[in-house]
Amino acid sequence: MLLFIEQLLNGLQLGVMLFLMSAGLTLVFGIMQVINLAHGSFYMIGAFVAATVAVRSGSFLLGMAVALPVAAAVGMIVEFTILRRLYDRDHLDQVLATFGLIFFFNELTRIIWGRQPLFMDVPPWLGGAVELLPGVHYPVYRLAIILVGTFVALFLYLLFSRTRLGMQIRAGASNREMVAALGVNIRLLYTLVFGLGTMLAALAGIMAGPILAVEVGMGESILILTFVVIVIGGIGSVRGALVGALLVGMVDTLGRVYLPDLLSVLFSSATADTLGASLSSMSVYILMAIVLTCKPAGLFPAQN
Amino acid sequence: MQRIVLSLVILLFSMSSAWAAEPVKIGMITTLSTKAGYLGEDIRDGFKLAIEQGQGTLGTIPVELLVEDDGRKPEKGRQIAERFMKRDKVQILTGIVFSNVAMAVVPKIVRSGAFYISPNAGPSKLAGKGCDKNYFNVAWQNDNLHEAVGQYVTEKKFNNVYLLAPNYPAGKDALAGFKRFYKGGIAGEVYTTLGQADYAAELATLRASKPDAVYFFLPGGMGINFIKQYAQAGLNKSTPLFGPAFSFDERILKAVGDAAVGVVNGSQWSADLDTPENRAFVAAFRTAYGRTPTLYASQGYDAALLIGSALKAVQGDMDKADAFRTALEKADFPTVRGSFSFGKNHHPVQDIYVREVIKDEQGNYTNRILNKVFSNHSDAYGGECSM
Repeated sequence: MLLFIEQLLNGLQLGVMLFLMSAGLTLVFGIMQVINLAHGSFYMIGAFVAATVAVRSGSFLLGMAVALPVAAAVGMIVEFTILRRLYDRDHLDQVLATFGLIFFFNELTRIIWGRQPLFMDVPPWLGGAVELLPGVHYPVYRLAIILVGTFVALFLYLLFSRTRLGMQIRAGASNREMVAALGVNIRLLYTLVFGLGTMLAALAGIMAGPILAVEVGMGESILILTFVVIVIGGIGSVRGALVGALLVGMVDTLGRVYLPDLLSVLFSSATADTLGASLSSMSVYILMAIVLTCKPAGLFPAQN
Repeated sequence: MQRIVLSLVILLFSMSSAWAAEPVKIGMITTLSTKAGYLGEDIRDGFKLAIEQGQGTLGTIPVELLVEDDGRKPEKGRQIAERFMKRDKVQILTGIVFSNVAMAVVPKIVRSGAFYISPNAGPSKLAGKGCDKNYFNVAWQNDNLHEAVGQYVTEKKFNNVYLLAPNYPAGKDALAGFKRFYKGGIAGEVYTTLGQADYAAELATLRASKPDAVYFFLPGGMGINFIKQYAQAGLNKSTPLFGPAFSFDERILKAVGDAAVGVVNGSQWSADLDTPENRAFVAAFRTAYGRTPTLYASQGYDAALLIGSALKAVQGDMDKADAFRTALEKADFPTVRGSFSFGKNHHPVQDIYVREVIKDEQGNYTNRILNKVFSNHSDAYGGECSM
């Protein structure tokens, strides 16, 4: 039972990580109608910049303080120079261009930092584990990730429902021309939204840095799951991204842990192990297939 | 008339000797891009170091090294091999990092009569039924390093080991290799998704099953993730971790830091291996590239020296394929590993050690040899080879 609670927390933590990634991606798609495959590159840039600054200065927070604006700036430059030309084009053109950006950023990172994976450690004040319930020890850093994710979800909710900027962004998503005609600088708005999206990806990368390998191409492995999340949640919906991310996090974690056990009731242990390992790596895709069969537009389709 | 014929003969002779002086081409197919790019980079740099030390020669024969990146893709590896052999007329190939690429490329190379010297990948198939007279492995058979740790863990009387590897052929081979020499009980055996980043769920289950040691095989970035998370979960204080050298090379250690200190791992080579050849190699590599060589670099270097020894025996004339092969079989080169010879399946017979990860006086993370586990160890598949 205690183990189950710990696994639930693990699922929640993975879900929160995925939410940080998918919120930015779905935001950009929902508002700007752009499929941005290079989202994972901003995750990588966030981690690399934060790791470099954190190691040089010894401060994790300083690393974060530098990496977030750097990633946002890179994102806005990309939007200004490349994506802006693609808004009216086909989705296929956007995919092609942003796919090319992945190669560009991977190679650029390799040129700047080399092939050596970088070192990034949990800051001492977030190290160690706490006893949440008697017998359930959980790493403090992973709790911090959950906390950061909760803050981001709250921030996005307030931004969109309570601020003028949020209102303009939502209006821009439903009718671009009308908003522009009303005197809102829609181009600037889009650049800002894109910057916000990349900043969220970078935040995910920074938070992942201490627990994962900071290496060239690190963004691609999480990008696939991120796409699964936004497809499940409904493309363009931040609320959908939140629900989808938590669902995927839970299904992936619990599937990995409990599927082999469940199967060993039915099959011999060797078959159960192999089958369990294969099935659990498919579990999120099976989840996606089920969701899409029942609700083809995802759980929370965006209004437009 | 006679004079003309004579001068023609002399001219032809000088031309052919001019051809002989033309460098022998060596084709290196390796992985330089993707996350695993540093493996190929180290193999290449080790190989190049040997050529630079010979001032452009290997075994006094001038060579030209052609390097191409396979991007870890078998089909790309095949294309490069074809191009090397057809366009560049290369007859010596080397460099492949990954077993799946090797399985797709090596049979094609040796079938067409060229030689392949593996500086890394050693899949069981190529050591057993699929062995070939033109295929040599100068690194190890894939199971070897796992076998050494299995033996060591048994000797240290661990009796309830938890096993973890990715769900793909090399992962299963790794655990099979470990179990070949490990005689104790198994607390759990888990196969994770290839490329998995987060191991929180596996670590929680692992802790609950209370093993007395953990053996894992997670190459590259997966290993970095796992070791960091293992330490963050506080498991490194209660349960010793064991692995093959692949997760404890000097470049991974740099990215993992303190989390790996104290971990025992199996390797056929270590930077602190105390032989004159190795001391010279490590010093020269550090001077040339400004970093400590990894085992991959040592394998690349040895591959180059091996090729050099055989080139010298045939004076660079690759038409003498049989003589070249015989010279390779002798393995008469100053290896950085102390002792090295080939078994009848052209795979290494060598010593295998366990090393411990330490932080040296300069604050760098590296390995220190603890113990020689096997002397003149060969692989389990030689019997299936019909050579």
